[in-house]
Amino acid sequence: MRESLGYGLMLFGALFDLFGCVGLVRLPDIYNRLQAATKCVTLGTCMILLGTLALCGFTAVGAKIILCIIFVLITSPTAAHALAKASHLSGIRLWEGSVCDQLEEDKKL
Amino acid sequence: MNNLLFSILVICSFLCLFRIARGPTAPDRTVAMDILGIVIVAFCALKAASSGMDYYLTIALAWALLNFIGTLALAKFLEGRGFDE
Repeated sequence: MRESLGYGLMLFGALFDLFGCVGLVRLPDIYNRLQAATKCVTLGTCMILLGTLALCGFTAVGAKIILCIIFVLITSPTAAHALAKASHLSGIRLWEGSVCDQLEEDKKL
Repeated sequence: MNNLLFSILVICSFLCLFRIARGPTAPDRTVAMDILGIVIVAFCALKAASSGMDYYLTIALAWALLNFIGTLALAKFLEGRGFDE
């Protein structure tokens, strides 16, 4: 039971990682790539870590895994936000199909 | 099962490396490097689960920390200058 739960979580996590990386390659500009890759890969990695937790149980190793999950969940969106802001400020334009740029509207005020 | 999971993650790493090699601007490459770091954290967790050696999780923890600091430093570096490639 515990093993099948762990391997199921790991398989779903690896598939989420794969879809995130396909999004990283296929999408047209940096902002799209950033949001696809960051969200999918963060969730996928957290699911793989949860699967590892289900395999080895709540021991000292499990505490390390929980720490790692919390860390990835906090830092990955922060890094993505900093990168998006930095690339907008350094003057990279949006894809021509984008419909909304609220940071640019805020700059005009 | 473990081989399947490892090969999926290796494919992910190669997609990230493709974006690092190809990416038209510097932030593209930085994003791909960030994602590659998170994939490596997942790889370390898988390795710990499949081989039973739990020091791989310590490596994963340290790698997540250093990856975050590196990405943040690169973002702050890119923020300061104009960029038209």
